[in-house]
Amino acid sequence: MSESNNNLKQQQPRRGLMGPPGRGIQMQGEKARDFKGTMRTLITYLSEYNASILIVISFAVVSTIFSIAGPKILGKATTKLFEGFLAWSNGMDFLTDFNYIRNCILVLIALYIISAIFSYTQGWIMSGISMKITYQFRKDISEKINRMPLKYFDSRTHGEVLSRITNDVDTISQTLNQSLTQIITSVATVLGVLVMMFSISWLMTLVALFIVPLSMIFIIIVIKRSQKYFKRQQEHLGHINGHVEETYSGHSVVQAFNGEEDSIKKFSEYNEKLYGAAWKSQFLSGMMMPIMTFIGNIGYVVICILGGYLAVKKTIDVGDIQAFIQYMRSFTQPMSQLANISNTLQSTAAAAERVFEFLNEEEEVQEAKKPVKLDQIEGIVEFQNVHFGYSPDKIIINDFSAIIKPGQKVAIVGPTGAGKTTMVKLLMRFYDINEGSIRIDGHDIRDFTRSDLRGMFGMVLQETWLYNASIMENIRYGKLEATDEEIIAAAKAAHADAFVHALPDGYHMLLNEDASNVSEGQKQLLTIARAILADPKILILDEATSSVDTRTEVLIQKAMENLMKGRTSFVIAHRLSTIRDADLILFMKDGDIVEQGNHGELLAKGGFYANLYNSQFGTNKAS
Amino acid sequence: MLRLAKYLKPFTLGIMIAVALLFVQAMSDLALPDYMSDIVNKGITNGDSGYIIQTGMIMLLIALVSASCTIAVGFFSAQIAAGLAKNLRMDVFKKVQGLSNNEFDKFSAASLITRTTNDITQIQTLMGMMIRMIFYAPIMGIGGIIKALSENVSMSWIIAVAVIVLLGTIMIIFSIAIPKFQSIQKLVDRLNLVTRENLTGMLVIRAFGTERFEEKRFDKANADLTETNLFINRIMSFMMPFMMLVMNLVTVLIVWIGAKQISAFKMEVGDMMAFMQYAMQIIMSFVMLSIMFIMIPRASVSADRIAEVLETEPTIREPHSSKTFSNDFKGTIEFRNVSFRYPGAEEDVLHNISFTARPAQTTAFIGSTGSGKSTLINLIPRFYDVSQGQILIDGIDVREVKTHDLRDKIGYVPQKGILFSGTILSNLHYADRNATLDDLKAAADIAQATEFIASKPEGLETEISQGGTNVSGGQKQRLSIARALVKKAPIYILDDSFSALDFKADAALRSRLKLEIGNSTLLLVAQRISTIMQAEQIIVLDEGHIVGIGTHKELMENCLVYKEIALSQLSKEELGA
Repeated sequence: MSESNNNLKQQQPRRGLMGPPGRGIQMQGEKARDFKGTMRTLITYLSEYNASILIVISFAVVSTIFSIAGPKILGKATTKLFEGFLAWSNGMDFLTDFNYIRNCILVLIALYIISAIFSYTQGWIMSGISMKITYQFRKDISEKINRMPLKYFDSRTHGEVLSRITNDVDTISQTLNQSLTQIITSVATVLGVLVMMFSISWLMTLVALFIVPLSMIFIIIVIKRSQKYFKRQQEHLGHINGHVEETYSGHSVVQAFNGEEDSIKKFSEYNEKLYGAAWKSQFLSGMMMPIMTFIGNIGYVVICILGGYLAVKKTIDVGDIQAFIQYMRSFTQPMSQLANISNTLQSTAAAAERVFEFLNEEEEVQEAKKPVKLDQIEGIVEFQNVHFGYSPDKIIINDFSAIIKPGQKVAIVGPTGAGKTTMVKLLMRFYDINEGSIRIDGHDIRDFTRSDLRGMFGMVLQETWLYNASIMENIRYGKLEATDEEIIAAAKAAHADAFVHALPDGYHMLLNEDASNVSEGQKQLLTIARAILADPKILILDEATSSVDTRTEVLIQKAMENLMKGRTSFVIAHRLSTIRDADLILFMKDGDIVEQGNHGELLAKGGFYANLYNSQFGTNKAS
Repeated sequence: MLRLAKYLKPFTLGIMIAVALLFVQAMSDLALPDYMSDIVNKGITNGDSGYIIQTGMIMLLIALVSASCTIAVGFFSAQIAAGLAKNLRMDVFKKVQGLSNNEFDKFSAASLITRTTNDITQIQTLMGMMIRMIFYAPIMGIGGIIKALSENVSMSWIIAVAVIVLLGTIMIIFSIAIPKFQSIQKLVDRLNLVTRENLTGMLVIRAFGTERFEEKRFDKANADLTETNLFINRIMSFMMPFMMLVMNLVTVLIVWIGAKQISAFKMEVGDMMAFMQYAMQIIMSFVMLSIMFIMIPRASVSADRIAEVLETEPTIREPHSSKTFSNDFKGTIEFRNVSFRYPGAEEDVLHNISFTARPAQTTAFIGSTGSGKSTLINLIPRFYDVSQGQILIDGIDVREVKTHDLRDKIGYVPQKGILFSGTILSNLHYADRNATLDDLKAAADIAQATEFIASKPEGLETEISQGGTNVSGGQKQRLSIARALVKKAPIYILDDSFSALDFKADAALRSRLKLEIGNSTLLLVAQRISTIMQAEQIIVLDEGHIVGIGTHKELMENCLVYKEIALSQLSKEELGA
């Protein structure tokens, strides 16, 4: 804060106090595509708080006006003092009007205290508003996630969605919390100060106004230059971080292939480049302050000289010089803030645009108007001439028909990437089919409400999903109103009870964030227990492959058998014994069902399935 | 913080110059109010325009000196901060490259990444600020005090009171806010966690229809975060108005008392105006200092984390006098009574392991998770060192050869297919820079990767993104197998590298491996019986003990654990029993 030199007083609140020096410069961020439209939408969000915002604006204006009045009054006191002093030095009595000075000072104290109270109240209300809006945005986004079709998330990373909830909403909140009042106070200050300056001396004001654009030009030049290096610095930093990340996470591969030297060489290159860009950008952005201060000082000196000259000619008073200098000081700060505001608003608009875009995304197709309600579900599943593609121009399932009777087992088989989970997603209406129909107990699945439909299914996927809560709560997830006894019974049926008892805290053990404090196989047992508790009519199972150890695998196998008893089940199968026992095998390839039938039929057919089966054991026979 | 002090050494001269410049800057800044006071006291009082202009010019000159000093300090501080960060980053990276898996387990890769990147950036930021502020503030503060005292002793108590009030308030605000700041981070993490769970569990949530439940969970995290944020915002927004108020009151007080002193002929008007400025300078430098002291602890956490890495000694060390493998390298691996225990663990994970893996043979390892299969094979390339016993390759203890020479002999395929950003080609080249295109293609073909490479429009030039996220798990495994094959090593270690392959690819790959690298020693960890059935030697591990060694047929007859595993996966007829 080197510019505080020869400040008589700092008039303008410095928002940047807590930040690093040079925070005044903002690097040009991204821009919104539709700035006006986004801002309009953002303002409608704010309209709920119209009354409070009005109070905030008026308080900010009052606080600014009160503090702007300060220097002028103080200047008057100084003038009075100087007049008395001058009179004395001219041989007269020192007749300082102490009453006048005391009045001035009392008025000043009152003004400053009121100004502080208004300023704080304004901040208090504004942070309340911005927090409420932030909360609402987050809530809206999180609820929106649940209403969006799965398709949306296929092409986006979780990070993208997360960054809307955190970074983008934070950016908006920051702007609301700070920039909004900053705009108000800056505009009020600039206008107020101009008025005060003109009231003191138009000549001095013109000189001061000539200096302000001068410093602006310098600032723009420096920002332009440093921006280039700043961008480069971010770019190199990205390279370095990427290199570090992959080298560290692939550490054993680097070591195994003796890649350390190459890796260090590459790192050193990146590091050298980063250094060059880093110090240049830091240096250039650090130049802002001294240049501004210097230009400010030129103004200061010019005003001192001009003011002194005018004071000698008795055009202005000594106190006016003092006041004018203070005003000039408080002029640059809001000016550079206003210059930055377009940047801030741009990046806010960009963030808000992303949030609104997300909130306006298409939602899952509406429910049937008169949904079917079934009291008793048999579990007959019927596929009738089903056509489906993730995009309409690329149909992957062509004309699939099949009838599955209650209690039957369907095995879905095929090489990796054949789209085995597609069937699951269609059944539960995570995606809608393009043509044909899927019926449950004779009713088209589109005639049920989504929650009723999904309630009929139980799902155990290989990629287990558990959340950061106790084991008890995780099993309860299948049926939120279940009692503890029901949960333990379900765990027993899922062969999970034994291992849970062996854990510290048993059923009350908290699963950690990535649920890594239980093994992969144990997780599967828990999800089976969860499905048992839900007691669905139709099951969708994903058989474990390699990540589970053999003993647990036996348990999982038994648990799944328990679960499948009396239920129609769809199994994404890897184990040939499961496949052989299935009532119906669906062989999938490139997303389509290319063969269907039971084990015997398909072997006899000599197609894809027979080929897979034989390739698995062909080598065996040869040995 | 002090643990990294030696890294400042190369910059001693720069720092000294910077401090000298800061001193000049502070002195110039302090001189300006004096001249202004002269303008008022002598120039205006006497109506001497010439004096005013002359003094004004001197002031401009001083301001120019101050500005040049500041810019020069900026130049040095930027170079020092960036240079310090560069050196630290290089040293940390080099250090980490030499660390063994033991240290990686201890720190975790994620933490090492943060230490190499964010923590060092923190230090860089602090360093840049420190030079400009930490040195400047005391010079300015003390200089201001001296000037103020020389101007007027009797009013100095105003400054003292103001400093005490301001610092006291800042301390109180921060002592309330800092613990809240820390809890904010936790609440943000919590919000992220719930959101991430909502995203990863989307299928499950919708299947169970628990959207309302999840919304409640999110709402709780959201409300907690909002509440704490609001509290902090309101506390912090108290700072600015309060500080402004104190400063304003100080000026008013100075005018009031100054007025009395002037009328008592103890002081001139210009002196009073100068005193105001000194008061502001002193108060500001104390505020700056107090803020720096709040920031330093945060940076020192980073510094400690960096120092911790730099001070770590890798547990895998190069031998003092190394032996070399003979030119006629065979690749016979012998485990002689090997036991292994992770550092700090209470129990051995491997107990008294002895076996020999011979060239031109496949030695396979099977057993449940936690039985020690991966640990066992990680001992061969010295990712870890044995706790007891010996591992001999062609009769030489692996700890007696250079790790570089040892690893040169081994083609290693990790459990997870780890690829680096670049192209498919650059990833295959990773094993051997001098390999020809034909070599690479041949390796890809054996690894059953040709088909999927051909299906990509760019073929071998297909970009691999960081972490290999743009290829599937099975494709990653194929490529990392191909990479190992490019090495044409006499020893191959495949750590459960077939898990993401379907049966067909698995079978094809095995038969090609037998054909193409039949002369090498092949060590294979697997979960599927079908993957290892044809191995010449199968080693069955259970809780770190060898419970069976033999062929599939032998083990089916005499190893209970093996039989249990086999029967759980395949039916009797399929097992060819």
